[in-house]
Amino acid sequence: MPPAASKQPGASEIFRVFAKIGITSFGGGLVAYLRDALVTDKKWMDEEEFLAALEIGQTLPGLNSVNVAIIAGRKLAGPRGAIAAAAGLILPGVLLLLVLGILYDRFRHNPNVAAALAGVAAAAVGLLLQVTLKIGAKQFLNLRDLCFVLGTYYLVAFHHVSLPVVLFLIAPVAIILCRPKSAKPNP
Amino acid sequence: MSDLVKILNVFCLLSLLAVGGGSAVLPQMEHETVTLHHWVTGDQFATIYSLGQMAPGPNMSMVALIGWQAAGAAGLLIALVAFYLPSSFLTYGCSYIWDHFKDNPWRASVQRGMAPITIGLMLAGVHAVGKTACINPSHSTHFNTITCITALAVTGILFAKRINPALLMLLGGVAGWFLLRAN
Repeated sequence: MPPAASKQPGASEIFRVFAKIGITSFGGGLVAYLRDALVTDKKWMDEEEFLAALEIGQTLPGLNSVNVAIIAGRKLAGPRGAIAAAAGLILPGVLLLLVLGILYDRFRHNPNVAAALAGVAAAAVGLLLQVTLKIGAKQFLNLRDLCFVLGTYYLVAFHHVSLPVVLFLIAPVAIILCRPKSAKPNP
Repeated sequence: MSDLVKILNVFCLLSLLAVGGGSAVLPQMEHETVTLHHWVTGDQFATIYSLGQMAPGPNMSMVALIGWQAAGAAGLLIALVAFYLPSSFLTYGCSYIWDHFKDNPWRASVQRGMAPITIGLMLAGVHAVGKTACINPSHSTHFNTITCITALAVTGILFAKRINPALLMLLGGVAGWFLLRAN
C-alpha cells in the first residue's frame, strides 16, 4: 500500500502555498522554490513525481515554473487546483510589476530615474547572458551544437528570421541529427 | 479594439512557441512589440524586461506591462492571459497522456536537438535587449561604456559567486544613478 497522501489540500491552500513563492521569489530560480515547497515542505509530491512534472514542463512550451505549477495543482485538486497554483505563482509578481510600471511611467523623464533604470536594464542583460552561458555550457563545447547555437543566433538576431521558421525548419534538422539509434544498443 | 485582438494573437503565438522556457521567445517578442506593432520603444522594452527580472514570480510576467503600455488595463489582462493560458492548457492536457510518450526514444532526441537552438535563441534575446540597453548608437560613448561594464560585471559576479540576481540589478541601478546622470 502506498502511504496515504497527507490530507488533500483544497484550492485555497494550494493558492496560498504558491502565492508565497510568487511573493518571495525575487531574482528567479523558481523551480528550486517549487521543489522546496512541494517536496520538502508540504510533501505533496515525492522527488520522482516532481522530476517527472519538471520534465513535462521543460519539454512543452511555456515557462517551466508555470507548467510545473499546473501539473502539481492538477494532481492535488483537478482543474481548480491547477488554476489556483498558476494564479498564486503569477499574480503577486504582476501586482508588483504594475506598481513598478506606474512608477516608471510617472518618473521615467526624471534624469536620475532614467539613469538608474538604464543601470538596471544593463544589469538585466548581464544576468540573461550569464544564464545563457551557464545552461549552454555543454552546447558551447560541442562543435555540432555550437554550429546550431551560432547559426540560430545569427539568423534570428541579424536577419530577424522568425521563431516559427526556427522551430519548424531548423529544429527538425537538429532533432533528426540527434535521432534515436534504430538498432538496439550493443551490449 | 483591433489592438486588443493583435495583443491576443501575438502573445498566444508566443505562448505556444515558448519552448525551452520564456527567454527563448525574447527576440521574437521584441520584434513583434517594438518593430512591428510599436506598442513600446526599444528602450521601454529593455526597461520593462529588466523590471520583470527584478519582480518575484515567473520572469516573463513582464508581458503584462507591454500589454498595459499598448492598450491600458484591458491590454494588460489580455497579454497576461494570452501568454500563460495556451501553454498551460497544453501542459494540462499533455500531463494526462505523458506516460505514453515518456519512454519514446524520440523524446530524448527532441530534447537533445532543441537544446542548442534554445541557447541560440537566448543569445539572440541578449542581443535584442542589449542593443538598446548596452550598445545603443543613440547614446554617448560614455553611456555605452558604463552600461557594457555593468552588464559584464553582473555576468562575471554571477559566475564567481552565488548571489541573488535581484540584488545585483538594484546595484546596477545604483551604479546607473551615479554614473549615467550627467548624460
